Amino acid sequence: MSGIPHDHYEPKTAPEKWVESRLPIIGLVVSTLTIPTPKNLNWMWIWGIVLTFCLALQIITGITLVMHYTPDTTLAFSSVEHIMRDVNGGWALRYLHMNGASLFFIAVYAHIFRGLYYGSYKAPREITWIIGMLIFLLMMATGFMGYVLPWGQMSFWGATVITGLFGAIPLVGESIQTWLLGGPAVDNATLTRFFSLHYLLPFVIAALVAVHIWAFHTTGNNNPTGVEVRRTSKADAAKDTLPFWPYFVIKDLFALMLILVIFAALVGFMPNFLGHPDNYIEANALQTPAHIVPEWYFLPFYAMLRAITFDILFINSKLGGVIAMFGSIIVMFLVPWLDTSRVRSGRYRPRFKVWFWILVFDFFLLMWCGAMPAEQPFVIISQIGTLYWFSYFLIILPLLGLFERPLEQPETIEADFKAHYGEKASSGAATPAE
Amino acid sequence: MGNMIKNTVFSGLAALGLLVGGQALAAGDGEAHVTDYSFSFEGPFGSYDQAQLQRGLQVYTEVCAACHGLKFLNYRNLSDEGGPAMEEAQMRAYAAQFEVFDPELDDFRPATPTDKFGESALSNAPDLTLMAKARAGFHGPAGTGINQLVRGMGGPEYIASMLLGFTGHEEEQAGVVLYENTAYGGLMAMNPVLMPDLVEYEDGTPATEEQMAKDVSAFLMWTAEPKMMNRKAGGLTAVLFLTILTVLLYFTNKKLWAPHKGKDH
Repeated sequence: MSGIPHDHYEPKTAPEKWVESRLPIIGLVVSTLTIPTPKNLNWMWIWGIVLTFCLALQIITGITLVMHYTPDTTLAFSSVEHIMRDVNGGWALRYLHMNGASLFFIAVYAHIFRGLYYGSYKAPREITWIIGMLIFLLMMATGFMGYVLPWGQMSFWGATVITGLFGAIPLVGESIQTWLLGGPAVDNATLTRFFSLHYLLPFVIAALVAVHIWAFHTTGNNNPTGVEVRRTSKADAAKDTLPFWPYFVIKDLFALMLILVIFAALVGFMPNFLGHPDNYIEANALQTPAHIVPEWYFLPFYAMLRAITFDILFINSKLGGVIAMFGSIIVMFLVPWLDTSRVRSGRYRPRFKVWFWILVFDFFLLMWCGAMPAEQPFVIISQIGTLYWFSYFLIILPLLGLFERPLEQPETIEADFKAHYGEKASSGAATPAE
Repeated sequence: MGNMIKNTVFSGLAALGLLVGGQALAAGDGEAHVTDYSFSFEGPFGSYDQAQLQRGLQVYTEVCAACHGLKFLNYRNLSDEGGPAMEEAQMRAYAAQFEVFDPELDDFRPATPTDKFGESALSNAPDLTLMAKARAGFHGPAGTGINQLVRGMGGPEYIASMLLGFTGHEEEQAGVVLYENTAYGGLMAMNPVLMPDLVEYEDGTPATEEQMAKDVSAFLMWTAEPKMMNRKAGGLTAVLFLTILTVLLYFTNKKLWAPHKGKDH
């Protein structure tokens, strides 16, 4: 699968030959697991494993929860309480699923910002990046619809606010909103279709994850230097890489376990910390909560939605907010072509670094504003934050590539690795320690 | 109730970038009115106090139940381990005091362990089963909720503070008398209910207002989170085993990479 020269799987025993000549699945698994991987990957390259784990965790706990959940407005809330009280280990399944969503988003944000810093979106990895962005969008849709299922106050009012956004689209908005909801307002038809899609989309995500992996196994991983693995010969490539198994599998599992220690503490000792108390009140269409706040992972985008409080020409503030929210994600899709720098990794871009870290700060600032009431000073802070978000992608990245003077990059990954670990660091000979 | 262990565990989360920035900002208002009462079930090792839950049940039964319900709680739950753990005969006798409507008999009959406590008697009185999770007493600083890592969510603290937070000021609005409450942060429809020795505790504990407020709050925490003890035990086991696995993987990884990093192994 990989374009990096390396040894390919040859079936040796008779059963292996029998299978492989009919379906080359052993070769596929072996080549996926032994893919040459840049040996200088740092700890920001562990999020892929964490994300894969999260997807599996969510699917497994989710399928089990469905066995006990009832998607009906009169029964949904009490069926969740039934899970929490009467189903064996139901509380664990539900809390793992609920907090699993948070872990999933922590990991995806870390993964995305890793990509933004090291220029992982640049040629030839644009398709990997775009598939990743599609996965991120589907995760948001899945998370949003999943949050509606317990049918608490925030479920109901969050669904009302977010589906109401589509009503802002001129001409067809109201029809789209009615179509999404299955009626004039959030009701049983909304709950059942959200349930259906919440079950479906994770499998679409799983399929896209396979394509995402396929794409970067074709181009090879990016790495902290942004310098490509040498493909001149098998021997050269071997100096820059180590096989995924066992080196990166063990490293990633170590990182995953460390994260799971914290995750287990969260689920075990404070499972409701990231949730909203109002969702323990059953949905009531006649009682609007004082503050309607989405889950923490939507807050930066929610802040950008609310930042547009003014009309721009014929675009009213509501539509403007919707454009800002979706636009903030669209600019991320376009980043491979907005970043004009020939240097891939932010490590060798002194000016870029500054703007990048402001973007990270901006993300957290917007997250905070999204949780606060829509009043001053949060409105003006959100507006500045939104302006910076768009400026980063649409102005700073295009111009920076033209004017920035990058630092010198290492010749090879091997050189970078040796610069870090000293000349004693071995080159090639990928034999695991005895 | 600041718990060192909880504090340490969760500072790791903050480092993961989970939390919203702005810790340095001043604490928001509205929070000062909720008193941080201490409860036996706080922290990773905290557990419910059976005697307190039974006292709280008594306060609920004699005071709250006049208006409020517990629609998700079964009478049998009173005998659950990690809860009030009543003797089965005692639990059955407790249930039998109440009448439930049985559609099969088309008549009322005494409640059995599998029946639920039932809905609120007063239509605008909220159900209390989940109240301790539906309220957060602590929010700050600056709306970030980071305080909750140290102090807990503050649900039971909110309930106790609310029960003790009536200022005595009343106002009539649209024909309804409303009562000022410092924990609620304004006027509420519920009137002050507690007064000293309102109940006579079977275990002889003096029934001060604060005692009753704390007991019933603890009881409502249990009704909201009946599996808390299982959850903490499970969480602790998971943390310990995952820590061991993490340490083993750390050394495996170190040894695996050593020859490639030019280190002795």
